[in-house]
Amino acid sequence: MKEGCPAIDFMVNGERRTVQAAPMKRLLDVLREDLLLTGTKEGCGEGECGSCSVRMNGELVNSCLVPVLQAQGASIETVEGLACDAELHPLQRAFLQCGGAQCGICTPGMLIAATHLLAKNPNPTMAEIREGLAGNLCRCTGFIKIFESVVAAAAQTRGEAHAR
Amino acid sequence: MSTHAKTRIVGASVPRKEGLDKLLGRARYVDDIELEGMWYGATVRSSVPRGFIREIRFDRNEDWNEFAVATAADIPGANQIHLIFSDQPCLADGKVNHCDEAIVLLAHPDKHRVREAVNAVQIEYEPLPAIFTMEESERQDVIVWGADNLLKSFLLQKGDVDSVWAEAAHIVKGEYRTGAQEHLYIENNGMIAAYSTEDGVTVWGSLQCPYYVHKSLLAVFDLPEGKVRVVQTETGGAFGGKEDYPSTLAAHAALLAMKSGHPVKMVYDRMEDLAATTKRHPSRVRHKTALDASGKLLAMDIEVTTDGGAYSTLSSTVLSRATLHSPGPYVCPNVRVQSRSWATNTVPYGAFRGFGAPQAIFAIERHMDEIAAAIGMDPVELRRRNFLHDGDTTATEQVMREPVILDKLLDRALAESGYLEKRARFALENQSSPVKRGMGIAAFYHGSGFTGSGERYLNSLAGVEVTAEGKVRVLVSSTEFGQGTNTILTQIAAEAIGLGYDDVEMAPPDTQIVPNSGPTVASRTSMVVGRLIERACQQLVSELKKHARLDEDFTREEFLAACERLRNAKGEVVSLVRYEPPPNVFWDDQKYRGEAYPAYAWSIHVAQVAVDTVTYAAEVEDFWSVQEVGRVLNPVLAAGQIEGGIAQGIGYALYEKVLLQNGHMANNQMTNYIMPTAEDIPPIHVVFEEIPFGYGAYGAKGIGELPHDGPAPAILNAIRDATGVRFDSIPLLPEDLFAKLGALQSIEQAATV
Repeated sequence: MKEGCPAIDFMVNGERRTVQAAPMKRLLDVLREDLLLTGTKEGCGEGECGSCSVRMNGELVNSCLVPVLQAQGASIETVEGLACDAELHPLQRAFLQCGGAQCGICTPGMLIAATHLLAKNPNPTMAEIREGLAGNLCRCTGFIKIFESVVAAAAQTRGEAHAR
Repeated sequence: MSTHAKTRIVGASVPRKEGLDKLLGRARYVDDIELEGMWYGATVRSSVPRGFIREIRFDRNEDWNEFAVATAADIPGANQIHLIFSDQPCLADGKVNHCDEAIVLLAHPDKHRVREAVNAVQIEYEPLPAIFTMEESERQDVIVWGADNLLKSFLLQKGDVDSVWAEAAHIVKGEYRTGAQEHLYIENNGMIAAYSTEDGVTVWGSLQCPYYVHKSLLAVFDLPEGKVRVVQTETGGAFGGKEDYPSTLAAHAALLAMKSGHPVKMVYDRMEDLAATTKRHPSRVRHKTALDASGKLLAMDIEVTTDGGAYSTLSSTVLSRATLHSPGPYVCPNVRVQSRSWATNTVPYGAFRGFGAPQAIFAIERHMDEIAAAIGMDPVELRRRNFLHDGDTTATEQVMREPVILDKLLDRALAESGYLEKRARFALENQSSPVKRGMGIAAFYHGSGFTGSGERYLNSLAGVEVTAEGKVRVLVSSTEFGQGTNTILTQIAAEAIGLGYDDVEMAPPDTQIVPNSGPTVASRTSMVVGRLIERACQQLVSELKKHARLDEDFTREEFLAACERLRNAKGEVVSLVRYEPPPNVFWDDQKYRGEAYPAYAWSIHVAQVAVDTVTYAAEVEDFWSVQEVGRVLNPVLAAGQIEGGIAQGIGYALYEKVLLQNGHMANNQMTNYIMPTAEDIPPIHVVFEEIPFGYGAYGAKGIGELPHDGPAPAILNAIRDATGVRFDSIPLLPEDLFAKLGALQSIEQAATV
């Protein structure tokens, strides 16, 4: 624990966490350095690439632009929270099957952005998928296989909902 | 030969081998790794493009005892980054030749303190005249490299071009330019190094070629082979950008580790990565072409010029590939290509997917449309009349022994895209619309593997072993950085032995564990390294049959039992094989003639583009890519390579501009260096025609670079079709479209008023 730094309480992937960190420390660095959740990546450090995307209180944010002070009391979701026990999230399954991940560095942020998209819109059109992922840059795939992954995951999720 | 045999795993879209780790966020990239007692490194860089270093001053307000500091004086061996030549220093010593050249290295236990301390080091320079363009360099008024600024030149000659001009029905000239392009891998360059007198240097990092880094470190630290160890960490994209630069960064991190007595991590932020690391070579290509009255090529006189930057790095081999791809996929009896790469005072240009071919193919494929316009022929028909076929010879006198099916690829591309119908319809619709649509094509090949004698010199070694835990382990230094190395090599080994996908694993990419299977570059992994793994597996099975009582047909359990018998007898179960060139593949380095590549991948691209004459934005609305890459080993991964390469090619054509000021990249941020987003990429239709290649793994040829070669000319040809105006330079940004189209519109409006 660092002296002189305030304690920040928040929920990360459903667990209550407390860190002592400088209030202006980036949420990205707190996740990676203080909580050792290194799944969230830094790509540009200025909110352009989306590699550091996490959900904060149900909103999609670039964690490189969020001072940790703002996360006080918030609920944060990162890539580490997507799979439930041994069960992959439908998006993770779809990315694996459809080739949505190549080098994998944008993948955690892309999965979070896609989760956010499907949470708001379970049946997105292709234009809505493109818009929903436009803040997340992928240099490997040309995005096509990512779109296919999101379509597949959305269909699967809706199918399961029907089955219930 | 197994190429036509029915296969179980090869040809199937099995999921990516390391995919689960990537999707769960548990794949460990270099910045995710922390070592006990680790310090952090940073670099003090030159702020002038050329000059003598007069003084290095350390601000007295900083407590330098807390820091480790390294300069050129601390290098135990040679101050050079070894690649093809050794002209590039590891750290500038007395003189700098480009902005952002590394001069002083700092390390500190606190990563924020070390970054701040960079500003507390002041360098005094005595500036020297600097040059920033290939035109300035070739004028040779200021000499900045060697005796004449010339990094490399080639002369390729077939027949006698000068005998043709007088009799030709048509002569068409053109000049085409391409700009620098940044790789923009999403993971920046990064490295961790440790040093001890007992173990020497160990580095872990984001890189493509462990043995390039290994060789370079041996020279910098003057160590024997066993005292340098290079380990690749999960690598977040590379595209050639992690082919040569990691040798420099590894040496820097290792120097700081030596000086500090701690492991040191150096991870660039985006601004430093963009400013200091390599980019694609800018080019200027001039064509003078003679044709007969029927549109048959008679002579091609080509001048290829590239800007190499301040040091030679890979400019010679990039220029060679540009030279060999500059005549395009056409038959021509008389060809002369004169190519030169010139030094300038910018960050050295380096490897980037395509490696000179995208520049050369942009020129020839743009030029073909200009020839068609000049002689009044349809651009499709002009290409068809001149395509290479089986039995034809290329500009290097290489006889096409394998099937060449350009006509079939073209037919398929035209049919899939509705090219003819759309061209006709757009021509009508454009008359009354402010949005002008057009269709453009590009036809091209990409040579698979190293150029000329390259694969013979590499003499790659690769193989498999069977572990005591009953896993087959693939032993290669070929690395995974998104393109699918782990997956396809696993598929090949599983197929060749007759095991399941999960029975095979990849050995760690660690020079202490794996042999040198060559660099992971040049679209060589599937074809060359894959074939080595196929052969190593066959060799293992045959040894087991001969010496360990394995039956002709066997189950997984019988195979593993035989492996244990072999292990008891020999102590290990390992099978290694060396590269063997296909028969009749000979290249004459002196004459620059012969079999330039053992195999070629072929492709036709079709772009549908809309140009808005109000906003001057050009948008790629739809894209088709038909290719023959030999046997497709994994359809999902292969299509992913094609789509990703096309997306980068679209960026190259319409979005990505490197702005240099005094040789420093001025737009070194993702905010102002713009790559295409999810909203900018059109639907991409990918079609494979498969003709197995007898000397590649299960018939595979190269695939990774091919798709970057075609988009730029296809798109600019479509813009010509849409607007009737030729554009011969990329990147083509809205302001460039405005400069030419806007001026034309003003003239038209003035005429109608």
